[in-house]
Amino acid sequence: MNRSGIFVGMYFVLSVLVQAMLFKQLVLFNMAFCFLYVAFILLLPLETNPLILMLVAFLLGISIDVFYDSLGLHASSLVLVAYFRNYWLGTITPQGGYDTGEGPTLAANGLQWFMVYSVPLVFAHHFTLFFAEAGGFGIFWFTMQKVMTSLIFTMSVILFLQYFSFDRSR
Amino acid sequence: MQRLFNFFYEYRTFFAFLLLEAFCAWLLIENNKFQNTKFFNSSNRLAANILGISQSSREYFSLRQINEELSRENAQYKTLLERRTQNSGIPFVKSDTLVRYDFVSANVINNSVAQFKNYITINQGEDAGIKPGMAAISIAGAVGKVKSVSAHFSVLISLLNIDEQVSCLLTRTSNFGTAQWDGVDPRFVNLLYIPRHVQPLEGDTVVTSGYNAVFPAKIMVGIVKEVKLKEEALFYEIRVELAQDFRRLTFVKIVKSELKSELDSLEKTTIGIRP
Repeated sequence: MNRSGIFVGMYFVLSVLVQAMLFKQLVLFNMAFCFLYVAFILLLPLETNPLILMLVAFLLGISIDVFYDSLGLHASSLVLVAYFRNYWLGTITPQGGYDTGEGPTLAANGLQWFMVYSVPLVFAHHFTLFFAEAGGFGIFWFTMQKVMTSLIFTMSVILFLQYFSFDRSR
Repeated sequence: MQRLFNFFYEYRTFFAFLLLEAFCAWLLIENNKFQNTKFFNSSNRLAANILGISQSSREYFSLRQINEELSRENAQYKTLLERRTQNSGIPFVKSDTLVRYDFVSANVINNSVAQFKNYITINQGEDAGIKPGMAAISIAGAVGKVKSVSAHFSVLISLLNIDEQVSCLLTRTSNFGTAQWDGVDPRFVNLLYIPRHVQPLEGDTVVTSGYNAVFPAKIMVGIVKEVKLKEEALFYEIRVELAQDFRRLTFVKIVKSELKSELDSLEKTTIGIRP
């Protein structure tokens, strides 16, 4: 295992711990959740094999599920994100392509690109997650409210952390 | 045959995706049925310890409130003891209520109220005699039901779980209904199946009926807050404010019903169904 592999492993464990110990307790207005662990899948290197990506997403999702007592719920929505991620990256390739060796980060591609990249994927994750948990579209508007507020919360935290690491790397 | 393999190989990502999603869906559906999954939930030792660390730091900030609760409970017991000693002239009738229920006190180490399916993790398990299906109550009222246990931890299905139903009794009118959460506000549950001819009022008490042998009878659930009756509707729409504030739940008691198996087997042999 090379250096970056060890870093990825550390981020994996960190994502699970931060989610279980901090963000599980931090629910704003009883409806806005922060599922920061989605960022782990979003920020994996560009050339990651989609099969490995999905497998990692599955493992991460199951680990999160253990803490939420919702076996299969987080895993299914995260596998969905992992599956569509590479197609979405292909669709929104900036002019001149991606720089080799750079991840799909805010620092490498700018704020506008990063928003176009991450918002739909995070939305897809939250949408499947909440509606799967509610067991259908029975309480549609309340669930939708949860999806949108959580989208804002999660994106704010992701952007904050992206700017944080961006500044440090300069 | 070669072309078939080529086809699968070409679309391997898609098939892997379908496979993983199908597996997740299976887990999700089966999860509700598994009564005793020991490893893949927060009762496994590693997860429970991690959650315990974050809980103990949060508990520190609510010490005052925990103190108040405990002293209130203490006062309740003192009153009971006082009453008992005053009555001690009367000889005790041999009663099965003395052995019917036994209690195990436990600390909540993980709790949520904002999801649709909320679960509670506590720090007592199989070693303390807890088994899946037992009821959990607090000082204020009903809390939930044990879903799965490990050696030292258990996971409870909270009343705040859209799949959980509790058989209830409207005390003033003696009508039976079912309490179920609608997934929106953690302070209220709905009381279903109270028929038209009954006249429930705001402020009526709702307690457990004791019919399903999980909860003992007459455990407080909450107080009726809102009563609505639509035209042509068969049943009332009743909102019940929960006696226990689930957002600040720190201690629970697990009710070991000593006679549950006896009751179950008796009902099974006589009417052939399980409630």
